Amino acid sequence: MGMFDGIAGFGVTFSTMFRKVVTEDYPRVKKVTAPRYHGRHQLNRHPDGLEKCVGCELCAWACPADAIYVEGGDNTDEERYSPGERYGSIYQINYLRCIGCGLCIEACPTRSLTMTNEYELADDDRQDLIYDKDRLLAPLLPGMEQPPHPMRLGENEQDYYVQGPEMARRSDVQDAVREEIQMTPEASR
Amino acid sequence: MTAASEKAPEKPSEQDDLPPVPHGHVRLTIDDRVVDAPQGELLIRTCERLGIVVPRFCDHPLLDPAGACRQCLVEVEMGGRKMPKPQASCTMTVAQDMVVNTQMTSAVADKAQQGVMELLLINHPLDCPICDKGGECPLQNQAMSSGRAESRFVEEKRTFAKPLPISDEVLLDRERCVLCQRCTRFSRQIAGDQFIELLERGAHQQIGTEETAFGEGEDFQSYFSGNTIQICPVGALTSASYRFRSRPFDLVSTPGVSEHDSSGAAVRRDWRRGAVTRVLAGEDPDVNEEWIDDKTRFAFRYAQSTTRITRPLVRGDDGELHETSWTDALEHAATALLAARDGTGPAALDADGEPPGEPKRGVGVLPGGRLTIEDAYAYAKFARVALRTNDIDARARAHSGEELDFLAAHVAGTGLGVTYADLESAPAVLTVALEVEEEAPVVFLRLRKAARTGTAVHHLGQWSSPAVVKTGGRLVRSAPGREPEALATLPDDVAAALATPGAVVLVGERAAEVPGLYAAVSDLVGRTGARVAWVPRRAGERGAVDAGALPTLLPGGRPLDDVARAQLASSWGLADETALPATPGRDGAAILRAAASGELAGLVVGGVELADLPDPVLARAALREADVVVSLEQVASEVTQYADVVLPVAPVINKSGTFRNWEGRDRRFATTIDPSGGSSGRVGGTAAITLPDCRVLDTLAVEMDVDLFTQTPEVAAAELGHLGAGRPTEIGPVRGPDGSGDADGDTAAGTDGSLRLASWRQLLDGGALLIDEPELAGTARPPKIRLSTVTARRLGLVEDAMAGLEGPRGSLHLPVELADLPDDVVWAPARVPQPGGGVVTLAGLGLTHGGPARLTGGTTTDGSSA
Ligand code: SF4
Ligand code: SF4
Ligand code: SF4
Ligand code: FES
Repeated sequence: MGMFDGIAGFGVTFSTMFRKVVTEDYPRVKKVTAPRYHGRHQLNRHPDGLEKCVGCELCAWACPADAIYVEGGDNTDEERYSPGERYGSIYQINYLRCIGCGLCIEACPTRSLTMTNEYELADDDRQDLIYDKDRLLAPLLPGMEQPPHPMRLGENEQDYYVQGPEMARRSDVQDAVREEIQMTPEASR
Repeated sequence: MTAASEKAPEKPSEQDDLPPVPHGHVRLTIDDRVVDAPQGELLIRTCERLGIVVPRFCDHPLLDPAGACRQCLVEVEMGGRKMPKPQASCTMTVAQDMVVNTQMTSAVADKAQQGVMELLLINHPLDCPICDKGGECPLQNQAMSSGRAESRFVEEKRTFAKPLPISDEVLLDRERCVLCQRCTRFSRQIAGDQFIELLERGAHQQIGTEETAFGEGEDFQSYFSGNTIQICPVGALTSASYRFRSRPFDLVSTPGVSEHDSSGAAVRRDWRRGAVTRVLAGEDPDVNEEWIDDKTRFAFRYAQSTTRITRPLVRGDDGELHETSWTDALEHAATALLAARDGTGPAALDADGEPPGEPKRGVGVLPGGRLTIEDAYAYAKFARVALRTNDIDARARAHSGEELDFLAAHVAGTGLGVTYADLESAPAVLTVALEVEEEAPVVFLRLRKAARTGTAVHHLGQWSSPAVVKTGGRLVRSAPGREPEALATLPDDVAAALATPGAVVLVGERAAEVPGLYAAVSDLVGRTGARVAWVPRRAGERGAVDAGALPTLLPGGRPLDDVARAQLASSWGLADETALPATPGRDGAAILRAAASGELAGLVVGGVELADLPDPVLARAALREADVVVSLEQVASEVTQYADVVLPVAPVINKSGTFRNWEGRDRRFATTIDPSGGSSGRVGGTAAITLPDCRVLDTLAVEMDVDLFTQTPEVAAAELGHLGAGRPTEIGPVRGPDGSGDADGDTAAGTDGSLRLASWRQLLDGGALLIDEPELAGTARPPKIRLSTVTARRLGLVEDAMAGLEGPRGSLHLPVELADLPDDVVWAPARVPQPGGGVVTLAGLGLTHGGPARLTGGTTTDGSSA
């Protein structure tokens, strides 16, 4: 036993003092995620504000954790939420169950469902962790109009899908999916 | 298929060791397996038996082969020579020494099937995500199994406007249709309703109705239209009420039994989150095959109706009903019923100013005709043991003492009698007081099937109604009210046909409306040897007869004699037969008369609609006069307004039980949605736990110090089964009315402008279980007044003119249609729903079948002034 044995252990402590700190200063400083991080879902809109979701339940079908609940609804000329015949009238994701696997995103035939980078999904109330359409729908960007309203970008739903990619490239129309990839990291800071 | 044939022959020489081909069979080879098949069998069926699934769209085992879709192509070799092209296995019958190669073993067949699939998909939209068939679609499945992964079609697809409603209930999407013609073949062959047809040619070929083709005309007016939705192999025909409601993987499917009629049809109820989303036809070859009527299919939302009663109600001192606890409600009901039974109620004690007279005493029971046999049994036992009376009558409709005789002689405790299969094989059938399509639609389908294979169907009625026409039937015309004479003097050939072995007479509950008709039927079957079956309208009627919910019959068809009562007393754990009432009870009308006149002190009422009773005015008076009215109901009804205590009971989806159908067949069903299971049993968003009638009555009886032992349907069924049938060996004759002919029989119709009325109920006429079904109500047949041309001319009426049917208590205005009625007879539906809600019944107007009626013309208003 040497005489420095008693303080030798502090060597580790002292040397660590001069290393780079790994502690996150969360929540004061929020971590920027990888761009494709699987965060909270978003139900996107067409450039005129109509919902992309058609209530097909394919996302619910794909979900391995049974976290999604969807009920379809019938669009009418007076009350239209999406182009075409059908829309998602009830849409819920239960974040107590969701495992963030992203299979629902793969399943969605309309690119309605995507994931944002938002990861703050904790709460002290189980009920509040069931997200409804009000919290899942993408925000209305400039030029978008709150549904229900008639189709503004074409005669029928074909026009929305066939001309969609072209419209997304135009500068005067907003595309939520494109926006969200660029915006979210900064926005969540 | 013989056992030996199941083995695949390894070497050709082994074939020689096979047993000889059974008589009437042929031996062929399918996918290298030798199989014996009955002559005339379709190849596709033989493949099925071998477990080889040939893809198909148009083929349906219950429809005639069509060969319309060409998806089922297989390679066939006959006499050692290959047929030049693949053949449709759904139209080709088996033949001796045929060699068949399906897609499993033949590249040619596989390629042919892929080609057909590609062709079908050329104009098929990419609709799966928004298509109601998605997830249970034969086209989706078979495109995966027999289609190509890549489409070569890059051109624009043909489009149609969609969806196109072809009736209020059925929506057509022409883009998705694969032109298999299952729907048109069903309508033509099974239902006999030729309202949909294949129209146009080439790429524009489409299904349509007169309305879709010409912009006006008839739409898909069929009571069986829902079956086309179910058998359409794609999402071309969808249901308006199920539109976008859910996906097959969301649904729990529970087998059940139709609660809407006495057919006992098997159904499948699909439900989600405590609510039924759709009802489909179940498969039962002995009963409904695979078909049900639209009422059974589409009327199920009553269980989720906002008018459902979910908590017990007791009428307070303020005269209003208040929600209360079960304990409180049962205590109230028990105390009041005991006082009423023993004549110690307030009215009897309170003789203030009035001479004491006879105290009100006794309680009458009106269980209604929609009960399971277990519930009916609980009512029967409750009346006898707890209320000590035989005053119980489940017949919430026109009824008579003659009917009781008939039921005792021909129905009660007879077990399984005439069956659907017997109808199919019968040489001749006569329907009496039964409009099969309106009153027993599943029986109608079987009669039509029978008629297509040679059964002679005769109808005793007034005019060539759709049922007569569609069963290829012969109308034995009789003036309304004169049916007994018509039966006594049947044309010789009809009488002779009924005398052939296997002939059947079907008699409906409406026979009670004509005095002497039940006696005449009984006489006729005695004379000809034909078998007789009683086909009531409601699901619970037959069970109620066998469970003893009638004033003169005890459970199992037992009469009220000492022997039967002693038997029952010992099984029920009572001292001896004196513990059971011996006097024959009052029938429904007499119970109401006694209650209205202050003889009876109380009434226990089940699911009864006052408007359906033969005298609704009397019924209202009875409920008003009775000291205590206890109502057991699912939804608020007119009875609720008079009830002192309302006890909620479970709808058919929330309980188990058995409906005994008209054949006498027990149709047991399990609980569809267990109301105690978490989020289930939702009624308008709130949980509702309701109990079956038998359980409620059992608990009520305990409050009255009596044990019924009917806590659950299973226990009740076991006890009833243990009792068994107890038909006496000597059964009395069916006594017709005293004297001959009815009183108003000869009021010389025609001389003073008065006519004779004929009527029956239509299938969709705003009944209690049809609430909240706007689409279904839209498919109802429009109510009309029917007259012969001669009578119409005499009254100055023309087709489509409005005419008013005048009764002592009001009138009913409907458009006129000319039909082949006897002169001076007018036909009108017995119950007509009104546009603004509510119904007008002929009984409510004081009119009866066979009785006099007056017609006024020229009115232009709709509805009634009743
Ligand atoms: S989010 Fe996509 S997959 Fe889910 S229901 Fe809507 S359209 Fe269908
Ligand atoms: S009919 Fe079948 S294949 Fe066609 S869109 Fe509907 S689900 Fe898809
Ligand atoms: S509508 Fe359906 S059942 Fe009728 S022909 Fe088309 S695919 Fe066949
Ligand atoms: S199933 Fe054979 S042709 Fe359609």
